[in-house]
Amino acid sequence: MGLTGISLVLFLIVHAGINACIFADLVDPDENGAMFNKAAHFMGSTVLIRIMEIGLFAGILLHIYQGYLLTLENKQKRAVGYAVTYKDGSKWYSRSMGLLGTLILIFLILHLYHFWVSARFTHQGLDSVTYNGIEMHNMFALMKATFSEWWIIAVYSAGCISLAYHLAHGFQSAFRTLGVYNNRYTLMLTSIGYAYSIIIALVFILMPVSFKMGWIG
Amino acid sequence: MEHYHMNLNLKVWRQKNSNTKGDFKTYQVKNISSEMSFLEMFDVLNEQLITEGEEPVAFDHDCREGICGMCSMYINGKPHGPWQANTTCQLHMRAFKDGDTIVVEPWRANAFPVIKDLTVNRSAFDRIIQAGGYISVNTGNAVDGNALPINKDNADNSFAAAMCIGCGACVAACKNSSAMLFLSAKVSHLALLPQGEPERKSRVMNMVAQMDKEGFGACTNTGACEATCPKEISLTNIARLNSEYLGASLSADK
Amino acid sequence: MLNAKIPSGPLENKWADYKGHCKLVNPANKRKLEVIVVGTGLAGASAAASLGELGYKVKAFCFQDSPRRAHSIAAQGGINAAKNYQNDGDSVFRLFYDTIKGGDYRAREANVHRLAEVSTNIIDQCVAQGVPFAREYGGLLSNRSFGGTQVQRTFYAAGQTGQQLLIGAYQALERQVALGNVTMYSRHEMLEVVTIDGKARGIIARDLVNGKLERHFGHAVLLCSGGYGNVFYLSTNAMGSNVTAAWKAHKKGAAFANPCFTQIHPTCIPVSGDHQSKLTLMSESLRNDGRIWVPKKQNDTRKATDIPEEERDYYLERRYPAFGNLVPRDVASRAAKERCDAGYGVGSSKQAVYLDYADAILRYGKIEAGKQGRSNVSEEEIIAMGKEVVKAKYGNLFDMYEKITGENPYEVPMRIYPAVHYTMGGLWVDYELQTTVPGLYALGEANFSDHGANRLGASALMQGLADGYFVIPYTLGNNLADEIYSKAIETTHPAFEEAEKAVSDRINHLMNIKGKQTVESFHKRLGKIMWDKCGMARNKEGLEQAIREIQALKKEFWSDVRIPGEVNEMNTELDKANRVADFIELGELMCVDALTRDESCGGHFREEFQTPEGEALRDDAGHMYVSAWELKGEHQWELHKEPLNYEVIKPTQRNYK
Repeated sequence: MGLTGISLVLFLIVHAGINACIFADLVDPDENGAMFNKAAHFMGSTVLIRIMEIGLFAGILLHIYQGYLLTLENKQKRAVGYAVTYKDGSKWYSRSMGLLGTLILIFLILHLYHFWVSARFTHQGLDSVTYNGIEMHNMFALMKATFSEWWIIAVYSAGCISLAYHLAHGFQSAFRTLGVYNNRYTLMLTSIGYAYSIIIALVFILMPVSFKMGWIG
Repeated sequence: MEHYHMNLNLKVWRQKNSNTKGDFKTYQVKNISSEMSFLEMFDVLNEQLITEGEEPVAFDHDCREGICGMCSMYINGKPHGPWQANTTCQLHMRAFKDGDTIVVEPWRANAFPVIKDLTVNRSAFDRIIQAGGYISVNTGNAVDGNALPINKDNADNSFAAAMCIGCGACVAACKNSSAMLFLSAKVSHLALLPQGEPERKSRVMNMVAQMDKEGFGACTNTGACEATCPKEISLTNIARLNSEYLGASLSADK
Repeated sequence: MLNAKIPSGPLENKWADYKGHCKLVNPANKRKLEVIVVGTGLAGASAAASLGELGYKVKAFCFQDSPRRAHSIAAQGGINAAKNYQNDGDSVFRLFYDTIKGGDYRAREANVHRLAEVSTNIIDQCVAQGVPFAREYGGLLSNRSFGGTQVQRTFYAAGQTGQQLLIGAYQALERQVALGNVTMYSRHEMLEVVTIDGKARGIIARDLVNGKLERHFGHAVLLCSGGYGNVFYLSTNAMGSNVTAAWKAHKKGAAFANPCFTQIHPTCIPVSGDHQSKLTLMSESLRNDGRIWVPKKQNDTRKATDIPEEERDYYLERRYPAFGNLVPRDVASRAAKERCDAGYGVGSSKQAVYLDYADAILRYGKIEAGKQGRSNVSEEEIIAMGKEVVKAKYGNLFDMYEKITGENPYEVPMRIYPAVHYTMGGLWVDYELQTTVPGLYALGEANFSDHGANRLGASALMQGLADGYFVIPYTLGNNLADEIYSKAIETTHPAFEEAEKAVSDRINHLMNIKGKQTVESFHKRLGKIMWDKCGMARNKEGLEQAIREIQALKKEFWSDVRIPGEVNEMNTELDKANRVADFIELGELMCVDALTRDESCGGHFREEFQTPEGEALRDDAGHMYVSAWELKGEHQWELHKEPLNYEVIKPTQRNYK
């Protein structure tokens, strides 16, 4: 659980970093997502990255499988529950990792449908653009089109907020599970974890919002 | 400190034995002094029940000074009741006020089956210790106590873990019914001492295996155990246990 | 009847000689020998573990849900050992001498010397087991001082020494359970000793979960069932601590020694009302810095902080200028009682005295200010610094006090009062820890052997572990060597049938009384009789009255007790009734014993026998013996006297002025 979690944490950094290229448009209004499209093209066309993508999917699936198995098995360990549940001793999101994970999964399915399925297979609503003589998908335009509807922005935001809470617990929990027990590191990792959760979620939420508000695109 | 008296409604879990289903029963107790301990309030209830011809509520308790680990009530949604770093027997009635309703349940976990009313079977903890929670040294084989100096920090940390009273509140508090805090306290106690070194790897492997066999859940680091532990055993011990376990698994020969 | 079997030879060689000459059992034969251990405190757990390691087939019993709950766990202060790690002049002889003197010269020299000898092995053994004793920065073991001694020989683990030692023994025990050498029966209560041809051969135990009676055979039976302080209802003992195992042995012929020797600990949290179910001890170490006082005016209702210095009576410092607040337990307890009885008590019950830390806080604050090289420090700052120092030293005790009383002991003086804590008396045993019933042994607080009339602090843990780890493995072997031809007896033997029937009849009798009064109410009444008339101070008239009252109480109990529920289920009221019935009989014997001991010594203070200044007046010429009582019939006992011969130590009057 912790191991797959940390690999997904690493993935999210790459994902957020590449997607943040869209904000180049803020600096140069004529940029129109060139930097982002190039980066996306690199990611889509490099063999090594494609192999890693398989690993990523395996990681996600494993994480989901482990998560549900853990939640289910743990639930079964208390056949008769309490009349009054114990809430003060832990954060609500620490107790709700299964629920948050499920929300993220729903969001993920929609998200994959929007971008990954389109880019890899159907090319639905996907234009081409040419930089330096290389033709590539205009993912930037696809994003802009997708993020024109309020409900999609709402779902993405909800997904990202779920992700933030999921990470707020998951980040430090993963390291504990992997046996980091020195108080100094634990404190550091917990702080980094909170910062990471907030930053990742903010960066992702800002993307659809920026398109919709017309700050970029 | 001003003392006062109160009337209370008690919603108490009653269950005849492990084979029958239980349910809540409501009782009134009157004129309870704020100076009483929670268990003394239960003594009053039981005397009242016996006089009325009913069976008293069965609950575990012994030392009544917070160290034996026998008392085990889940009070208003928290093991050992509302106070921090406290056992049920040391909870006093000034924590409540006149007219309060108090819900009292037994520890809930498949690994801690109810025996009667609020009494549960915690022998799983003994079996976890049997799996390796000791240092194998027969009587009479010891060298001089000062032959082996031990770093004070390690000795202090080891003691802090060894303070666990084995009450099971960690399991009762955990949404996963995990016994990791209990187990990690013992593993840490022994792993931090040089005397524990020879059996360090087999101990952690065997104890974890036994814990799983007993039907406790897996740890998800929510921290509820630490928050409810009467001896404030730290969550750090769980991380240390994970480290010990990982190390032992990776270097395992078979 | 009494043969103490003390080995001959010089005192310091007795134990070595005994070990060198006692009979041994070879490993193959040990496997065939079964031993029953009742109780899993320090004595029981250490004995069961050690005997299991040797290869005996051991069955261990405890009434709690786990062997780790036994009340040894509540011991706070520490464990003595003659290690002399502090280089302050300690030795086996000094520990031996302090223990004999502390016991007011009513203990056996040979036993106590052996205890002092093995004390050092205990520390080594516990360290090897992983008991996390307090350590110095250099990594070596730390020591502190305790009442009644001039050296630092007490090993400790914060305020939880008993817990750590018991967990060490418990883990050793569980290891033997895992290895199959010990079978553990928790939630079981021993209700009868089975004797065949005059030897103890087993027990009848009740499974407290389903109420069934079980028969268990043993070539020997070890009672490690603790003390009987709960005869007073209110004591620092655990709620379940009881005399039943020892009392059943007594009824089967084992002599009960010095039952009236009970220790009243001076610093406990006072009773707050009729609801009180038990009393909590505040470690003796608090008297190192605290000052004990009462108002000079009778029935003073002012708050402690409103009473000016000149109107306070620091009565221990006044009466005992040499030792002041650090007089031994029995002396401190009696002095508190004297003041309260005279009408100077404080608190709503008037049965309490103040233990004041204001001076200590000020003193430590000034030292701290000096350390920091600061002058011109305001009084508030000094007090704040002083509180920090006191917190570091006694924080956990102050917290406990606040939890129980709701008062902040850093701001207002603590209220304390003496409470029953330990019983020096117990089953009479010889040098081998065997009772007067062959095959039946008593270890730890359950026997009478080592503490005389008063126990010193940090000596109970030492004795429990000495008996279990280092004495019984030798002495039991010496006796079981003759049993290697005795096959295990089937529990269908008529003696087992008979014993089980007796237990069953008694339980049914109790259940069928169906009276009106609860078990608890009888226990409270017994406790009140004992506390008022056989407590800190006793007199002939009171004891005679107590005996009559207890006999009447017994009749009333057996005709009007109400026990709800069924026999064949978990029935906590029935468990209690079984215990209280035995406490009532024991209470009578305690009074009988106190009545015949026409002297004051240690915890036994007869008002008729005191010096003009109100100090205990011992009668060595007439009473230097152990009183061992043999049961002859209902309300009838025969006194056997075991004379105490002091070959090495010269008894003197204790003086703390």
